[in-house]
Amino acid sequence: MFKIDARGLACPEPVVLTMNAVNKGEKEIEVLVDAMPPVENVTRYAKNNGFEVTKTVDGNTTKLLLKK
Amino acid sequence: MIIGYDDNDDASIYKINDDIAVIESLDFFPPIVDDPYTFGLIAATNSISDIYAMGGTPTTALNILCIKNGIDDNVVHSILQGGYDKAYEAGITIAGGHTINGEELLYGLSVSGLVNPKKIMSNNNSKIGDVLIHTKNIGIGIITTALKANQVDKKLNDTICKQMSTLNKYAFEIVSKYNIHSITDITGFSLIGHSFEMAKASNVSFNIYSKNVNMYEDAIQFANMGMIPAGDYRNKESTKEYVAIEGSIDEAVVDVLYSPETSGGLLISIDKKDADICLSELKNNNITASIIGNVAPLNEKYIHIF
Repeated sequence: MFKIDARGLACPEPVVLTMNAVNKGEKEIEVLVDAMPPVENVTRYAKNNGFEVTKTVDGNTTKLLLKK
Repeated sequence: MIIGYDDNDDASIYKINDDIAVIESLDFFPPIVDDPYTFGLIAATNSISDIYAMGGTPTTALNILCIKNGIDDNVVHSILQGGYDKAYEAGITIAGGHTINGEELLYGLSVSGLVNPKKIMSNNNSKIGDVLIHTKNIGIGIITTALKANQVDKKLNDTICKQMSTLNKYAFEIVSKYNIHSITDITGFSLIGHSFEMAKASNVSFNIYSKNVNMYEDAIQFANMGMIPAGDYRNKESTKEYVAIEGSIDEAVVDVLYSPETSGGLLISIDKKDADICLSELKNNNITASIIGNVAPLNEKYIHIF
């Protein structure tokens, strides 16, 4: 599992970090984000690249689990 | 004061006498492109645009500049040169301004203009049966987000820089010859946000046909890649009660409709009889423009997107 902590980062940085991991061939990625736009954007990117996305919310942090 | 804070309009207007009113507007923002001279051009174009959106003629401007500590003098000079060159093109003089040092580089203009009070173009006078004409392409906010992610090639970068530094003066000079009822410029609140403001102020509904809206194809692709700025989501959130999406529209196209624009085009509510000829004249003058919808009696939501 490849882990990305993108909390506190503004768009497009969370997507860029996710994209870099995908481009390196990662098939299972956990992305932590803490605002609605990155949740939506990372989900959008992942789904359009063939990943299944599972979302769990814990306080301010949203954990996105990306699986291919 | 004829138009002030409460009106959600593009600038303030102060009437001097029956023939002359002063328009004042101010806008500034951080760099959205890498080249400082181009940033200066864009910031000035954006600031001056509000004067045209009120039906006025710009007269003078002042710089507002915040310099980030450590920034090279040449960068500052290039930005200011861009501002001066665009002001010159608009036929106005930048007569000084104010500079401070701060955490972030910011630049813009405070612009003054004149208008005949009887010819003020407000955003609250759309008439049922009007046609909506929109100039320029939308999707800038999404493309500049992709730019930050190094996803934009030079050709596209040049294309959007050219659009953002194109004065609305030329479009306004054409449309003002026709029977137009309302006009505004499209900026950070997006095409849908500014349409909503105009429809609400005029107490009508706008039917907007997404297929007829000029938008950058690349913006649709970048939206699918998740390159959507936070402002896009804010625009959706703040207008959701007032906007109805009719039928099925591609999610990424909706994102582009809500994209924050920088130095965007004009939205014009024009008498139906004049719409086609006005559009032809805009196109004949190489101005990107299309008819994007029409004005209907208020029907639950202010905006219906088809």
